[in-house]
Amino acid sequence: MKKYTLAVLVENKSGVLAKVAGLFSKRGYNIDSLAVGVTEDPEISRMTIVVQGDDQVLEQVIKQFNKIIDVIKVSDIEEDDTVERELALIKVTADMTTRAEIIQIANIFRARIVDVARNSITVEVTGDESKIQAIEKLLRQFGIKEMARTGKIALVRGPKKV
Amino acid sequence: MTIGSLEKVTGARALIKGLEEEDVTTMFGYPGAALLHIYDELYDSNLRHVLVRHEQAAVHAADGYARVTGKTGVCMATSGPGATNLVTGIATAYMDSIPIVALTGQVPHSIIGNDSFQEADITGITLPITKHRYLVPEAKDLPRIVKEAFHIASTGRQGPVLIDMPKDVINGEFECNSIETVKLQGYKPTYRGNAQQIKKAAEEIANSCMPIIYAGGGVISSNASAELAELAETLMAPVTTTLMGISSIPAEHPLNLGMLGMHGSKYANYSVQGSDLIIAIGARFDDRVTGKLQSFAPNAKIIHIDIDPAEISKNVPAHIPIVGDAKIVLKSLIKHVKQCNSETWLEKINEWKREYPLTYEQGKSIKPQFVIEQISEACSNAIIVTEVGQHQMWAAQFFKYKEPRTFITSGGLGTMGYGFPAAIGAKVGRPDKTVINIAGDGSFQMNSRELATAVQNDIPVVSVILNNGYLGMVRQWQELFYDRRYSHTCIKGSVDFVKLAEAYGALGLRVEKPSEVRPAIKEAIASGRPSVIDITIECEENVSPMVPAGAAINEFIGPEGNK
Repeated sequence: MKKYTLAVLVENKSGVLAKVAGLFSKRGYNIDSLAVGVTEDPEISRMTIVVQGDDQVLEQVIKQFNKIIDVIKVSDIEEDDTVERELALIKVTADMTTRAEIIQIANIFRARIVDVARNSITVEVTGDESKIQAIEKLLRQFGIKEMARTGKIALVRGPKKV
Repeated sequence: MTIGSLEKVTGARALIKGLEEEDVTTMFGYPGAALLHIYDELYDSNLRHVLVRHEQAAVHAADGYARVTGKTGVCMATSGPGATNLVTGIATAYMDSIPIVALTGQVPHSIIGNDSFQEADITGITLPITKHRYLVPEAKDLPRIVKEAFHIASTGRQGPVLIDMPKDVINGEFECNSIETVKLQGYKPTYRGNAQQIKKAAEEIANSCMPIIYAGGGVISSNASAELAELAETLMAPVTTTLMGISSIPAEHPLNLGMLGMHGSKYANYSVQGSDLIIAIGARFDDRVTGKLQSFAPNAKIIHIDIDPAEISKNVPAHIPIVGDAKIVLKSLIKHVKQCNSETWLEKINEWKREYPLTYEQGKSIKPQFVIEQISEACSNAIIVTEVGQHQMWAAQFFKYKEPRTFITSGGLGTMGYGFPAAIGAKVGRPDKTVINIAGDGSFQMNSRELATAVQNDIPVVSVILNNGYLGMVRQWQELFYDRRYSHTCIKGSVDFVKLAEAYGALGLRVEKPSEVRPAIKEAIASGRPSVIDITIECEENVSPMVPAGAAINEFIGPEGNK
């Protein structure tokens, strides 16, 4: 099983996300992550989808995507040189004895402290998947109360557009 | 006719005008509260509206109409239960790539999502079984959406499109500009096959001495029958068709091997398995065709011509994929090919044909195959529609189809109850043709109430019921795989079909002897009335040959087994 990153441009209309998600569930393909937001053109949304499978699964996914009327373009950008980001908010258990160490870890990762309470600290971190996994692993020893991740968004480097 | 500039119209009026602009002359439907404004407009319009007795019949009739005419079929149902009753028919059309536009009413926008009276999320429900679907946001969007819907349904790989119209959209007034052309950024079907790929295919064909053409429903929907025959004759390659491809080449064409797959002829299946090259045209390698995928045509290279790129290499990897419309691709392919060195191959196939013909033995009781042959001889130009089951397979095997769009059947979804309403739609679409619905006693009961529709609208469809007192195909599987434990498949004596027909004002005829078959068919056709012929057939007759599910298609079971 390999991971593939797909950039999908769709019409910004209701029901498109449901159709895309339905395509995966109908065929039993697993979505690793799916992030969606509007683009520079308010009528078009961009989905970044990470899917697991083999080459045949990828081929079918792309072909099935292309069948959806509201899908404008599908590109496999796995092999491209890309800028990739995920955002995570991690709420960590913290008291007087651990707070300093947590802040130190956040600084090392260029993460930001976005909320502090008596028993917790919430850290905002952006980066690629491995960076987020790394900070998560380090913070886990203190006890993670809650975590939210956005899923990956990606753009191909340089002037090329997909 | 165009909608005049800045004319003030209601959504209902705009819909009717939009349908007229798309050359819709006939629709099938059932009214309801949400649709009152539309039905009021219909009262004064020239559109023919056929009132059915259940919404499922409206969509099957639109589907049958589309299959015989090649035009987009239109059906309409009200919100909630009306809309959900369309679901089976929409799925049927989707599986067989039939162009229909299904119109549904919806509760007003202001109460959508409130679990309002007669509300159902029909665009959500039909998401996986439509080519596209719309929940119309405002009345002013309706003219554009109608245009887009017909464009999408009838182009590329055809299919059903649903337009869900909230009541405020139907009733709402707006100033209507003339409709611009359809602009869909993400929808650009490919019609012309890639020239390089076509050349590669021609080279592969030149190297083949055991070729076979495998033709599907795509040949019929692209009206490519003449090109199919020309290709076969040019190459001297045999042709086998899927269930959906039947009638794409005349049954009596010397190169036609009939249907392949689970109930395909032995000679067709042996030919596929033995071939060195398969030219698949508008066919999708369905499991009923391929049997066990790993054993399918082990020595064959595959040229796959299809308008839908997603079909290529979905089930069987294609060596040479050609995306495009069957007619256009075949036209250019024919220019590059010449006769194959297939003489020995054709001789071998003829041997198989002689050795394993499709036969049956007619005794005292009536054999279903005999009935089909009698219909074929009595009216060879008829349009045959079927329900789903054993009778469907016999109709596929034993009727001698002459021209395309004369065999109408639910191939992909296998919808029991499809045949009779589809036959009504077919007769409305082709009033010049005799339309015969070949039915089983099980399937016919699923939509027999539509006799009222046929009688009230004077649509003279003949239903021939092959009555064996069983849900025949399931019984056959129980016989073969469950040791004849006929669990809940016996339906003997459930209804007197002759009296049923008469109760609705149709003609009912009973046939119990072989000699009565032909006269009854003639009488029913001559009557010019909706008719039902109830024919008592041999009750445990099986469809043969048969390949069990999951086996290779040259592994037959049954009394004569795998000779």
